[in-house]
Amino acid sequence: METIVFYILAAVTLVGTVLAITARQGVHAIVYLVTSFFALALIFYLLGAPMVASFEVIIYAGAIMVLFLFVIMMLDLGKPEKIQTPKLYDWCPAILLLVVITGSMGVLASRAATPLNAFAGISVQEFSFTLFKRYGAAIEIISMQLLFALVGALYLGRRR
Amino acid sequence: MSIPLEHVIILASLLFAMGLGCTVAWRSNVIMMLIGIEIMLNAVMLVFVGASARWGVADGQLFALLIMALTSAEVSLALAMVVYLHRRKKTVNTDVFDSMKG
Repeated sequence: METIVFYILAAVTLVGTVLAITARQGVHAIVYLVTSFFALALIFYLLGAPMVASFEVIIYAGAIMVLFLFVIMMLDLGKPEKIQTPKLYDWCPAILLLVVITGSMGVLASRAATPLNAFAGISVQEFSFTLFKRYGAAIEIISMQLLFALVGALYLGRRR
Repeated sequence: MSIPLEHVIILASLLFAMGLGCTVAWRSNVIMMLIGIEIMLNAVMLVFVGASARWGVADGQLFALLIMALTSAEVSLALAMVVYLHRRKKTVNTDVFDSMKG
C-alpha cells in the first residue's frame, strides 16, 4: 500500500517538476512547483519524517514560493512575450546531463532493491531531543546565518 | 515501510538532474535559475530523509531541516539581489549583467 502511494507521489513530483522547468510564465512555474513540493512533503511523511513534511509545506510551499511569487509580481515579470525562453540549443547540456544521470541510475537499479527495515518513523520528541541536545551549536550557527541574511537583504533592498 | 532506498535515490537523482538542467538552460531568467537551485536542494533533502529512514536515526531529518533554514536565507538574499539588479538594468536576463567581462 505504502509502496503504491510512494510511486504515485513520485510520478506527481516528477511531472510537476518537468512542467515547472518548461513553463513559459514564471507564475505557472511557481504553481507547478508548489504541487511538486506538496507531493514531496507526502513522500517525506511516508519515509517517517512528519516534522520535515510539515516544515516542507509551511516553509517551502508556504513561504519561499510565495516570496518568489511576490518578487515576480512586484517586478512585473509575468509577461511571457518580454522574457526570452530557452531554445532547443540551450536545453542540449541539460539533456546530456539527463543521459549521464540515467546511466548512473541504471548502475544503481541493476542492484537488487532492498526494502527498508521495519521502521515506525521518528517522533517529534526524538527529533527535538537530537536537535537540541546533539546539534545545539548548529542551531546557534543557523540562527546567526538567518540574522546575517536579514541584514544583507535589508542592505540590498534599501532605497538610495 | 517497504519502499526501497534505491528507488528513493533514483527519484532524488532525477529531481537533481531536472534542477541542474533548469539552472543550465534558463540563463535568460535569474528567477528560473533560482527555482532550479530550489529543486536541487529538495533532491538533497530527499536523500537525507531516505537515509534517515534507512538507518532509523533522526540525524538525516535534522540536516534536512538545516538545509531548509539555509535555503530560506539564500532565497531571501538572492531575491533581494534580483530586485536590486532589476532596479539598475530593468531586466533579469543574466547575459546583460556582463560589466565585469566575466
